[in-house]
Amino acid sequence: MKLVVVAGTPGSGKTSVLLHTIKALKRRGNKPAVVKVDCLWTDDDKRFGRLDVPIRVGLARDMCPDHFTIYNTEPMLQWAEEEGANVLLNETAGLCLRCAPYPDSCLAVCVIDVTTGPNTPLKVGPLLTTADIVVMTKGDIVSQAEREVFRERVLEVNPDSLVVEANGLSGKGAIELAELIEDGVEAGEDMVLRYNPPLAICTLCSGEKRVERKYHMGVLRHLDGFMEYKGE
Amino acid sequence: MSNSIKLTIIGGVNKDGTKEPVDRVEVNPGDILGIVGPTGSGKSTLIDDIEQLAQGDTPTERRILINDEEPDAKMRVDPRLKLIAQLSQNMHFLADMSVSEFLQMHARSRGKDPELMHKVIELANILTGEPIHEDDHLTVLSGGQSRSLMTADIAVISDSPIVLIDEIENAGIKKQDALALLAGEGKIVVVVTHDPVLALMASRRIVIKNGGMSDIITTSTEEKNVGNRVSEVDNWMMDLREIIRRGEIVEGVV
Repeated sequence: MKLVVVAGTPGSGKTSVLLHTIKALKRRGNKPAVVKVDCLWTDDDKRFGRLDVPIRVGLARDMCPDHFTIYNTEPMLQWAEEEGANVLLNETAGLCLRCAPYPDSCLAVCVIDVTTGPNTPLKVGPLLTTADIVVMTKGDIVSQAEREVFRERVLEVNPDSLVVEANGLSGKGAIELAELIEDGVEAGEDMVLRYNPPLAICTLCSGEKRVERKYHMGVLRHLDGFMEYKGE
Repeated sequence: MSNSIKLTIIGGVNKDGTKEPVDRVEVNPGDILGIVGPTGSGKSTLIDDIEQLAQGDTPTERRILINDEEPDAKMRVDPRLKLIAQLSQNMHFLADMSVSEFLQMHARSRGKDPELMHKVIELANILTGEPIHEDDHLTVLSGGQSRSLMTADIAVISDSPIVLIDEIENAGIKKQDALALLAGEGKIVVVVTHDPVLALMASRRIVIKNGGMSDIITTSTEEKNVGNRVSEVDNWMMDLREIIRRGEIVEGVV
């Protein structure tokens, strides 16, 4: 089973690019299955459902969406196996940009919206820097020069990545992506995340609602970057 | 830059999936090829197919050959190897950067000298009324300034043997000057246009209908003559426009 983990900022076009890629994968004789993870709400199962592929939706709700994805990777693979799929496409919700939901043996795809400007690749962090493939979307809205500058910025932060220019409306890039997925790795046993998770547990994670500083414990960073441990 | 580039468009399908009537167009160095047709008919789509060197992998299923061969996959993506420069219909920059920072970075992405930015700005300022400064922010440039800068950037930094131009007449800049700047010696120029001056400057023009190439017309001598007359009228219009822009009166001007 090949595992493809698709991450990217909200609204970057992950689902639209995936829909075209699934069509291309099917035309080439593959059997893709899709798991879509979102935080609170999604109707993407209906969009994927039209393509007649096995689809499952997971809502992370109040759990960290990346942790939810990672924690459920095993059952997802098992489910895809039962559905007779040869590729599992896992579209993540990935929001806070502190970690990256990519295990070592997967094809890590980061979808990024060109219209957010060439400084965005510097802000996205491990989601982009540890990806195998970077998919640039909405390139039709900007000039060729701007696309080229954006690509240069992506390669500055992730020189080993393959950059694919895709368009969720026209389907541009879908065949290229399907070919890369076919060349992707099989999901392994004992998979390990590529990037360090964020700092330990935070007081917000454990339900603290009060804002005053004195209620917060753990490894904490000040506005000026100073880091300290507060607690027992 | 090599001048021996030949561009071939192999026809694909119309919007309804039927075969498009024109199944092969060959364009040689120095040719200007027009693309005409109603709005929404698929002119820009044809330009995009050429820009991305489509290999049957776009909705039109067209294929683009360079020197009669399928181009190397790297040529499609790496700006350092790109043979194609494109001036699209976009009128504004979205990049949150200064003019100099952007141009230097674009030069680097194309493997060119970042110092070329001075030349780009100088050229852009010939095309536009209000001068552009290197520390201006890209996003505050006007439509005309942005298009001038994009045009000059293509002429200098993206200097490529194939130039694609989408409706330059809407740019609010001096279109014939811009075209002359972009065309250069021995380049292939493909220009999408509704403008009779530009359409008749082309040696041939592809007619697009329903997403497909429905016909290809060679500009006859008679059409060239019409073109020259239209051009005179156009220049007269341009002069009047400038007079009005300067806040002067057109009485007595012929």
